[in-house]
Amino acid sequence: MSDLPKPDEFLDTIDHKPPPKGWMDTPTQIKPGMYCYASNPKSVEYVGLPNARQWNPLDDDWGLPENWRQILHEGFKERLDRFRSIKVFMDICVRCGACADKCHFFIGTGDPKNMPVLRAELLRSVYRNDFTTVGKIFGRLNGSRKMTLDVLKEWWYYLFQCTECRRCSVFCPYGIDTAEITIMGRELLNLLGLNIDWIATPVANCYRTGNHLGIQPHAYKDMLDFFVDDIEEVTGVRVEPSFNKKGADVLFITPSGDVFADPGTYTAMGYLILFHYLKDMGLDITWSTYASEGGNFGFFTSHEMMKRLNSKMYAEAKRLGVKWILGGECGHMWRVIHQYMDTMNGPADFMETPVSPITGTRFENAASTKMVHIAEFLADLIKHGKLNLDPSRNDHLKVTYHDSCNPARGMGLLDEPRYVIQNVCNHFYEMPPNTIREQTFCCGSGSGLNAGEDMELRMAGGLPRANAVKYVHEKHGVNMLSCVCAIDRAVLPALMEYWVPEVDVTGLCELVANALIIPGEKKKTTDLRGEDLPGMEDEDV
Amino acid sequence: MKPEKIIEKHKSAIEKRWFDMVIDTYPRDTSVFLKREKNPFSNPVGEATIQGLNGLLNELGGDIDRKRVSTYLDPIIRIRAVQNFTASQAVNFVLFLKKIIRELAEKENTAASELLAFETKIDEISLAAFDIFMSCKETLYSLRANEVRNRTFKAFQRAGLIHEDAFTETGIPGVEGLNEARGNGGEAAVVDEKDPLGH
Amino acid sequence: MNENYMFSLMAVILLFLLAVLGVDGFGLYSFFGIFVPYLSFAVFVGFFLYRVIGWARSPVPFRIPTTCGQGKSLPWIKHAPIDNPSTTGGVVVRMLLEIVLFRSLFRNVKLQFRERGAKIFYDWELWLWIAALAFHWAFFAVVVRHLRFFTEPTPGFVKFFEYMDSFFRVEILTDVVQIGLPAMFISGFVLLVAVVYLLLRRMFIPKVKYISLSSDYFPLFLIIAIAVSGILMRYVSKVDIVSVKAFTLSLVKLSPALPEGVGTIFYVHLFLVCVLLVYFPFSKLMHMGGVFMSPTRNLANNTRMKRHVNPWNYPVDVHTYEEYEEEFRDKMIEAGLPVEKGE
Repeated sequence: MSDLPKPDEFLDTIDHKPPPKGWMDTPTQIKPGMYCYASNPKSVEYVGLPNARQWNPLDDDWGLPENWRQILHEGFKERLDRFRSIKVFMDICVRCGACADKCHFFIGTGDPKNMPVLRAELLRSVYRNDFTTVGKIFGRLNGSRKMTLDVLKEWWYYLFQCTECRRCSVFCPYGIDTAEITIMGRELLNLLGLNIDWIATPVANCYRTGNHLGIQPHAYKDMLDFFVDDIEEVTGVRVEPSFNKKGADVLFITPSGDVFADPGTYTAMGYLILFHYLKDMGLDITWSTYASEGGNFGFFTSHEMMKRLNSKMYAEAKRLGVKWILGGECGHMWRVIHQYMDTMNGPADFMETPVSPITGTRFENAASTKMVHIAEFLADLIKHGKLNLDPSRNDHLKVTYHDSCNPARGMGLLDEPRYVIQNVCNHFYEMPPNTIREQTFCCGSGSGLNAGEDMELRMAGGLPRANAVKYVHEKHGVNMLSCVCAIDRAVLPALMEYWVPEVDVTGLCELVANALIIPGEKKKTTDLRGEDLPGMEDEDV
Repeated sequence: MKPEKIIEKHKSAIEKRWFDMVIDTYPRDTSVFLKREKNPFSNPVGEATIQGLNGLLNELGGDIDRKRVSTYLDPIIRIRAVQNFTASQAVNFVLFLKKIIRELAEKENTAASELLAFETKIDEISLAAFDIFMSCKETLYSLRANEVRNRTFKAFQRAGLIHEDAFTETGIPGVEGLNEARGNGGEAAVVDEKDPLGH
Repeated sequence: MNENYMFSLMAVILLFLLAVLGVDGFGLYSFFGIFVPYLSFAVFVGFFLYRVIGWARSPVPFRIPTTCGQGKSLPWIKHAPIDNPSTTGGVVVRMLLEIVLFRSLFRNVKLQFRERGAKIFYDWELWLWIAALAFHWAFFAVVVRHLRFFTEPTPGFVKFFEYMDSFFRVEILTDVVQIGLPAMFISGFVLLVAVVYLLLRRMFIPKVKYISLSSDYFPLFLIIAIAVSGILMRYVSKVDIVSVKAFTLSLVKLSPALPEGVGTIFYVHLFLVCVLLVYFPFSKLMHMGGVFMSPTRNLANNTRMKRHVNPWNYPVDVHTYEEYEEEFRDKMIEAGLPVEKGE
């Protein structure tokens, strides 16, 4: 059969596999679609961070200061002295490999350098060389290496391929948290002006105008006023939000993403409807244009920047004289509030332990920080039967719930949102157990990576999440993915569009508002999105 | 023996060989995980690949239906389109099957004409694969370009806050400079110029 | 062939030869029997404390536990008191389970249901958990057993441990090997099997091999050498335990007297243990101390209830409301937003 084409004919030319090499010998290639654009010098300068300049990650020359190695070394040392976490995590990893396949970026991109242990080794290798005697003596054998420009680029590339989701930390026998390592690594990179613009510009915006989008006070109010009109159109009820109101009982803070980007806007309408509903029952709540951002991209820059941006929450609460703060649906915002805010900008002794004016419940779990999550607030209201709900209004939805990383692994907010959803929806389906609760998979775009230019990275990182959604979509016909995070609401629609186009994304409060029977409302024929409610038209016929 | 018959006869062996070859396009440290991890939610890449290849083999055993072929190809290529592959690397796994079949054809005394006819089917599939790859990339580009417009710009527009030049007036720090900053990434072409917010 | 484990293997072989040569060749008995043990013990204790104190000197500025279950919130929501502890008691239990049972590592074990055939099987990572548990517990048992050599009279708990350890007496009587009495301690063999598994895992699972360094292989080879020399000494060359104990006790009493006729193998065993002691505080083996200090595990998740204080919390530049109003006052007034300073 000599006339048959040979097995290897022409196929050998399609080669794909690089020879196996150690990770330190595999040079980093910064690939389009996998990285975010460099920080805009104007934004860096506005908040007074170092080395503001125009630069491009693809260039050889990154415009670093002459003594950049020294800056990094000293910055590293300072952080080792300040944070036990980083010091312990640098020393105790035994490289057991338990974390390796837990990272959504490793699972999705297949890049071995996205194994959490290796992401940490990027820093550890330099740590060993710079700060340990054994590392200095044994060099590479001990896994240490000198800081070079290539190493720095590797840091930059892979530290911006981590969403600080902490999933690996759940599986580590020593609790080593890659989020902590990424946070320190990015903090060090920021000493050299190596931020990405998707973080740097929101930070500058937030510092100046109070929110990431840089929306000024009048526009913020205009936007909410528009929601008021929209709500009236759908429900026939006119809600009246207060702004910057002195003497209000409660200050409400939510990520600006809810106010300015779909489908978060519907969640924002949900807040407005809820507050209106509760007004007659004794809720005196105000929005603020100064503290108009719940999220905190400073958290993705440095601890100091996080504190600078977060300061507005307590400052505004004090200025307005409120008793406590209610927080909207957001992921990293809640990690900052739950684990950092009181420590950084407290004590909040000018406020009182939060008490729900409607149910009288004292939120002892927020006794010191004085800030309550809206899911906790809602769950309490529903438990006390204070909300008149008609879950059948959400009957056209088959809902699943995505635990956002930070509330799940940095707070433990798992059952409150589920309780709320199950009371406002008749069709709720969980995704598989190893993809929810503390094992939840990240959206793939957290920690400031939700830009447009890194779309491939986002889609790959979000694959494990999307895959679980696809499963419940195919099995149960799920068509709505609910979440309590503004970044999720901003990025999951794109993720769904790519992987499971039949599924849409919603916030918790949108579902609540759609099910809520508001006194004086007209016959609802559509939901907040203006989509027809099936069956509702026929009801009165 | 006709290649279709060969597939019938050696189905599971071919499937395994093909799967291994596809997975071996990943770095070694990754490929072992992809082959080994059986939980479909911990290993969506391996799962999608094995399911897709299985379906394709079933198709190749008989007459191929382009629509069905697409449903098998899509999950694999959708994944490879966002990973570290060039266009040819993303779709060439279809051609790997030629290598496997040719080896078996030699053993099973397959007539050249039959083999060539069969390989034409594989060629067809690889063209379909290329179409899917392109449509994935197009989706990505459109997401890139329009995500901001769809989510933020639209919300503003509905609110009547967008006039032709509303945003140059807000004077957000960095906003004017943002497009310059974008430009330095070398990819400005895919960024919507009307996006004034950087979001 | 991998330079990382070849280097470590060579290093251990070299250390072995060094001991043999030093004792047999040069007769450096007091060097290997007295000087090295004292020195290594001092280094171990000194630097172990130095490292732990070094960690302890860095403060814990933020309370950052990784929460692995429902947090304590409303009284009627079922709280996970161990996985998301809100009290010190909960933290103690969490840490205990972590240290005694490697609870987080156990999370790797995934019960699998395969679609085809609906067969349940355990993921291979189960073996990591089992081997790690077996290794650490066996190591612990071996260390406790060895306390017999350093105490007089032998404390009750050591005897109890020995009793438990030799509970399953094995008698193998062949022409070549005769094992029966003294009782066989299972811990030594479990240790050897587990450590060999951990080594093979590192050498043959590519994912783990990729991330492994020489400093990961070295302690494994070293412990294998220690375990083998110990087992040989006890079951094959049958070292005179009485004179060994007299010697170790003399070390403890600070009046060292070298033992008679214990053979080179004893010195090799002792020397390798000393190397381990010296190596310990400079290596990843310090995870023994570090596991207690990991802020993601040893803190209660109660930050909203009780304020956590950061000792170095310094003031930062902020954008005040006054500055904000100053910039936007006109627009705020126009939009009907309240302002502090009127027109």
